[in-house]
Amino acid sequence: MNEVINLQEAVVTLGQFPALTGVTLQVSQGEIVTVCGPNGAGKSTLLRLCAGLLPVREGSASVLGEDLHTNRRSIRPDIGLLGHKSGLYDDLTVEENVAFWGSMVRAGDLEVKEAIKYMGLDGRLRNVLVRQLSAGQRRRTSFAGLVVQRPSLWLLDEPHAALDTEGRDLVNNLIQDAAASGATVLLVSHAPKELSSPSGRFVTLAGGQITSDTNKEGSGDGTS
Amino acid sequence: MELRDAWSIARKDLRIEFRSRILTNQIAPYTLLIVVLFGFALDADTQTLRDTGPGLFWVAVLLIALLAVQRAVKIEDDDAAKERMLLTPVHPSSVFLGKAIALFVQLFALETLLFFVMLALFDLSVEDPLLICFSAVLATIGIASSGTLYGVITAGVGVRETLLPILLLPVLAPIAIGATRTFGDAFGRVDADGWAWFGLLSVFAVIYTVLGMFAYGQLVEDA
Repeated sequence: MNEVINLQEAVVTLGQFPALTGVTLQVSQGEIVTVCGPNGAGKSTLLRLCAGLLPVREGSASVLGEDLHTNRRSIRPDIGLLGHKSGLYDDLTVEENVAFWGSMVRAGDLEVKEAIKYMGLDGRLRNVLVRQLSAGQRRRTSFAGLVVQRPSLWLLDEPHAALDTEGRDLVNNLIQDAAASGATVLLVSHAPKELSSPSGRFVTLAGGQITSDTNKEGSGDGTS
Repeated sequence: MELRDAWSIARKDLRIEFRSRILTNQIAPYTLLIVVLFGFALDADTQTLRDTGPGLFWVAVLLIALLAVQRAVKIEDDDAAKERMLLTPVHPSSVFLGKAIALFVQLFALETLLFFVMLALFDLSVEDPLLICFSAVLATIGIASSGTLYGVITAGVGVRETLLPILLLPVLAPIAIGATRTFGDAFGRVDADGWAWFGLLSVFAVIYTVLGMFAYGQLVEDA
């Protein structure tokens, strides 16, 4: 399988602070990898590095076959990043938000409607302003924008945050559908058990380094 | 660069402004307050108001522009939409153009309101309406372009509200001077060749727009 993410002793600094202090990680196409770790371990930084939003200070790093030292901007259109913030406009409706982000990635009206329906936002929620939504509904709207984008690499920071049981199941299905269609998913979660049936690995990050790398059954190399 | 993307971004920004009503409920009344306060400050002497009217108009526009630029930056910063935009195939110059078009439309609408209020309050008469129209369009293009560019420089900075005026006002000074001269000539208040100043406004409008289209992408990265 193709390696979608290949990090070798990657170091990333935020200002003077070393957020990642030598991460080595390989993720193949179609894999679902869950990154766990305490607060401040560097999980979100890892996602932003893989999205090409942060420069690599030392080590080597490639994502989707592109070297992040030289070409990190070119991978971005193939990346779907869901961070702590949702990237939505409060004064636009759910449909207008999804349609806008859809137009930015050249998606058609039909794809926008399907994404809204997939995330359970059709019906009365469709024409509601985002500022009037609950946190979980905002999360779903943000996911709908990713569904429209159909990225090759999904980077999800706490994707289950603020979601109810139905929403979590929906997100789990979405993640598995994405992986089944050939996309790769790297997600950060404080509670990885919420992923009911992932086919992937669990990677633990602490102090900016990977401290364990195991598959679902518990086997693995133990360290990076 | 795709004009279609720029138009989508401009339409989105204008729709947000229309919905939030900040332009109509906050910035427009602020505009009128500035004019009235200028009137009081100058002791409501009609002759003085007529003479200083063009300058007061453009000083008021600069103050309005600061608010509008802050608002345009905030829309993208509030929920990390700016970062999400980086992950789309849209060229940064399209984003710049879209944001600048939306800012232009808002500023021009406010300028129109301000213009007619000042005509009434300051008892001004227009001798060259074409010069007024064309110079207002060009000056507003220059303000919208440089505002969009400097807005992104201050985006993400904690002291954005205070940093933006310090950076932007000196850049806008040549536009304010040129536009004041053209308006002064169009109102028949100064002995200046308004169309020559109009040429200067054209140069600034082109420079700031082209510069913005080239620099915006790198500035977004750095911000």
